[in-house]
Amino acid sequence: MATTDIIDTLAGIKPSSALDVIRAHRLQARENAQASYLSLFEPIDASDFSLVERAAVAAFVTGLHGESPVAAFYREKLAANAEAAALVEAIEVEIERGKTSGPYGAYPAGPLSIENKAGLIFRVGAERKATLGPRLVAALEHAHLLVFRPRDAASADMKALLDAGWSTTGIVTLSQLIAFLSFQLRVVSGLRTLAAVNA
Amino acid sequence: MSAAVNPPVVFTQDELGWVSWIDPLPEAELTERHYAGLVDRARAKSDYFRLLVRDPEVLEARTKTDKDIFYNVADGLPRAERELSAAATSRYNGCIYCASVHARFASTYSKRRKDVQRLLDEGVGADLGERWNAIVKASVALAATPIAFGPDNIAELRRAGLDDAEIVDVINGASFFNWANRLMLSFGEPSK
Repeated sequence: MATTDIIDTLAGIKPSSALDVIRAHRLQARENAQASYLSLFEPIDASDFSLVERAAVAAFVTGLHGESPVAAFYREKLAANAEAAALVEAIEVEIERGKTSGPYGAYPAGPLSIENKAGLIFRVGAERKATLGPRLVAALEHAHLLVFRPRDAASADMKALLDAGWSTTGIVTLSQLIAFLSFQLRVVSGLRTLAAVNA
Repeated sequence: MSAAVNPPVVFTQDELGWVSWIDPLPEAELTERHYAGLVDRARAKSDYFRLLVRDPEVLEARTKTDKDIFYNVADGLPRAERELSAAATSRYNGCIYCASVHARFASTYSKRRKDVQRLLDEGVGADLGERWNAIVKASVALAATPIAFGPDNIAELRRAGLDDAEIVDVINGASFFNWANRLMLSFGEPSK
């Protein structure tokens, strides 16, 4: 493969180790988790969702999960973006404001309503709105919704993104990026845990 | 559009429809780049996949990841238990549509339809026996934010008889549904 496998790097999996051999049994999944990462962060067309926006949302999503090698990786990716100088601190502040425990949210009214669980409805702080701009403000609020209370998602949330200037295609890629990171964080956490137990 | 939606209010193994809140690409506008993204050409009939195909490269990679994690049964965890990890994750995150599909698959491959239904009815705390309990508990720990998966989950999976390759299948299956649930829940809603 042309580039180093990002999950192997973040999980600390060394060539020829036991977990390397196990991952090789799911080669298509391994290669396409990598292809997913590349198509999200090195896309052939970033016109609907810019690279700096991708880096900002990724730093926010992974930061909301708490400190980890994955969070550090995307924090550094944002800091390395020449257009992100003003964003780094704003994202850090919003991560701290947004941290909570999930999943929570409401079910359609009925027998499942007893499982409804209230929690933080995240809104970006007024002091950061000018720095982040309306597109990123809407993207961060949507990212928090998807990370912590995905079952609360409603058609109004799609409208909020469209109203903030996101195209339908941009919304698809934004949602894929948030959802992919939810996967990547968990695979890395699981593999690191397994490697540590075996160390 | 919303007038015709009849959302289910409980978790079910019945076949559900799904209605998009934003516009899929019209079938007539699909190019070869889009068909490559769909992987299976038949998916052009699905609103969900014609929405995701607006970013064909991401969809193609996502689909191939999904298929290998769940369908590559040359070795590793039995298909039924991969589907169990998907159903448990979907139950915990609250994706009624995803849970319906993967609970059905779990029932088909395990022949334990009543136990699968108890997971849906009672939730992720249902007592399904040592092996399934360990898989459900590991899936739930992975789905939590912050992630709660730890050495105790590995120890429990091992006591239930899973080797490391099978544990990696649980990790992959449960993690993948944290991807799938968030797309299915946020682009539209299920309808009976």
